[in-house]
Amino acid sequence: MSAGRKGQVWWIVGAVLIIVYALVPVAWIVSLSFKAGDDITNRKFWPTEWSFENYLIVFRSDLFTTALRNSVGISLIATTISVVLAMFAAYAVARLEFPGKKLLLSLALAITIFPIIAIATPLFNLWRTVGLYDTWLGLIIPYLSFSLPLSVYVLSAFFREIPWEMEQAAQVDGATPLQAFRKVIVPLAAPGVFTAAILTFFAIWNDFIFGITLTSSEAARPVPAALAFFSGASQFSQPTAPIAAASVIVTIPVVVLVLLFQQKIVAGLTNGAVKG
Amino acid sequence: MSTTVPAAAGEVRAEADRQDAPAAAPARRQRMTDRARKERNLGWLLAGPAFVVMLSVTAYPIANAVWYSLFDFRLTDPDGRSFVGLGNYATILSDVLFWRQFGVTAAITVVTVAVEFVLGFALALVMHRALFLRKSVRTAILVPYGIITVVSAYAWQYAFTPAYGFVNPLFGSDLDWFGETVPSLVVICLSEIWKTTPFMSLLLLAGLAQIPSTYIEAAKVDGATAWQRFRKVVVPNMKGAIMVALLFRTLDAFRIFDNVFVMTQGANGTETLSFLAYRQTITRVMIGLGSAVSVILAVLVVLIAFLFIKGFKVNLAEQRGA
Repeated sequence: MSAGRKGQVWWIVGAVLIIVYALVPVAWIVSLSFKAGDDITNRKFWPTEWSFENYLIVFRSDLFTTALRNSVGISLIATTISVVLAMFAAYAVARLEFPGKKLLLSLALAITIFPIIAIATPLFNLWRTVGLYDTWLGLIIPYLSFSLPLSVYVLSAFFREIPWEMEQAAQVDGATPLQAFRKVIVPLAAPGVFTAAILTFFAIWNDFIFGITLTSSEAARPVPAALAFFSGASQFSQPTAPIAAASVIVTIPVVVLVLLFQQKIVAGLTNGAVKG
Repeated sequence: MSTTVPAAAGEVRAEADRQDAPAAAPARRQRMTDRARKERNLGWLLAGPAFVVMLSVTAYPIANAVWYSLFDFRLTDPDGRSFVGLGNYATILSDVLFWRQFGVTAAITVVTVAVEFVLGFALALVMHRALFLRKSVRTAILVPYGIITVVSAYAWQYAFTPAYGFVNPLFGSDLDWFGETVPSLVVICLSEIWKTTPFMSLLLLAGLAQIPSTYIEAAKVDGATAWQRFRKVVVPNMKGAIMVALLFRTLDAFRIFDNVFVMTQGANGTETLSFLAYRQTITRVMIGLGSAVSVILAVLVVLIAFLFIKGFKVNLAEQRGA
C-alpha cells in the first residue's frame, strides 16, 4: 500500500511536469503580448509592467481585424458544410453495405497522407484561371476536401458504437421511422457530430499553406497567413509584441474549446485515428 | 467514459470481416434483392457528395501538377512555355541544393519523430497511471495540439531570439540561434515537437488503454520487472497504436512547412522540401519546376507510407476499420 502511494507521488510529479511543459510557451507568448516599450527587449520572462498597448495596436489595424473576420467566417462555413457532408457519408460507411465503400475510405486515407503543398501550388494556378483566387470560396473548397477525411473517420467511429437496434425497438413500440430516428438516434449521435465539428474547426483554423498560397490581399487572407505578414502599426516599430498579442487573440477560441470539451476532443482524436 | 476506450484490435478485425463477407460472396450479387439495391443507392446518395468534393479538389490539381511538371513554364512569361519532358525532374534531381533540402527534411523528420515517440510514451504512461491531476493533464496537453502552428512557431522563435528571448539569459549563453543552420534547426524541431507530441501521446494512451490489465497482473505475479513488463507485455499489445502514431507523425513531419516559413524563411540552409515547392511556384512563379517538386514530394510521401505499411506490416484498412 505504501509502495503504491509512493509510486503515485512520482506519477503526480510527472503530471505536474507535463502541465508545465504544455503551458510554458503559451505563458511566454501571453507575457510577451503585455510587454510595452523597452520591456520587450529586457529578455525577462515576465513584463515589468503589464500593458494593453499591443492589443490596442492589433485591434486598430485593419490587417488583423479583417483577417480575423475572414478566419472566423471561412472556418465556420467550411466546418458546417464539411460536418454535414461527412455525417451522411459516415452514416453510409457505418451502417450500409455498398460497392465503392472501400474506394471512398481509400480516397480519404490518400488525402490525409498527401502533402498539402503539392495540391496548393496547382490550385494556385487553377484558381487564378477560374477566378477563385483570393476569395472566401477559393479557401472554403480546399478546406472542405481536406477536412472531410478527418470528419468521416471520427463520425464513422462514433456511429458504429450507436446501438441502432434501438431505432427498430422504438418503431415496434409504435414510433414512426422519423420519430424513432429523431428521438433515439439523433441524441446518441449528436455528441459525435459535435466532436467532429470541433476537430474540423481546429484543423481549418490552423491552416497556413492554403492561406498563404491562395490569397494575396485582405479579401480572404486568414489569420495564420496574416500573422506571418503582419508588420505592426508602424513601419518603424518592431512588430514582435503586436504579433504576440494577435497570437494570443487567435489562441483564445482554441483554449476555450479545449477547456470546455476536453474529454470529447480526446475521444474523437483517438477514435478517429486508431479506430475510425 | 466507455466511448473513449477504443475497441481491441480483434474486435475491429471481426467487424471488418463481417463487413467484407457479403460483398465477397458472388452469389449475392447475382440475385441482388430489392433491399440490397436500395441499400446501394442510398449508400451512394449519402456518401456521394463527400466523395465528389474530396475527389474534385485533389484529383484535378494532381493531374494538373503532373502535366505542368513536363513544361518549362514561367507564369510571367506564358508565351515562352515549352515542353521539356522529364527535363525539370532531371534539373531538380541533379541539383545539390535539392539533396541538401532532402537531407534537412529527413533529419527533421527522424529527430522529431524519435523524440516525440519517447516523450509521447512517457506522457501517455503518466496520463495512464497518475490518478490525481489526470483531467488537468489531458486538458493542458490539448492546448499545444489546438494552437495554430504559426503561433507556436512565433512563441519558440521569440524565446530563442537573442534580442528578446528569455532562453539565452536563462542558460547564460549568447548564442545567435538563427544565425546558423544547426541551432536554427534545433529551434524548429523544438517547436514542432512541442506542438505535436500531444497527438502522439493521445494515440499511445488509447493503445495503453486497450491492454487488458490482467495481462500485466499475470506478468507481475510471474515476477517480471517493470521494464520486462513494459517490453514483453505492454509494447507488443499496443503495436497497432504505435504503428499508426509513428506513421502519421512521420508523414506529417516530412511535410513540415509552417515552422520553417515563420522562423527562418528557409535561410541558413533550413529549407525543407515543402518550402522548396512553395518557393519555386509561388515566389519564383516557375510553375513547371515547382510542379515537378510537388510531384516528387508527393511520390516521396506515398513511398514512406508504403514502406511503413510493408515494413511494419500495419494493416491500415484494418486500423481504419475499412
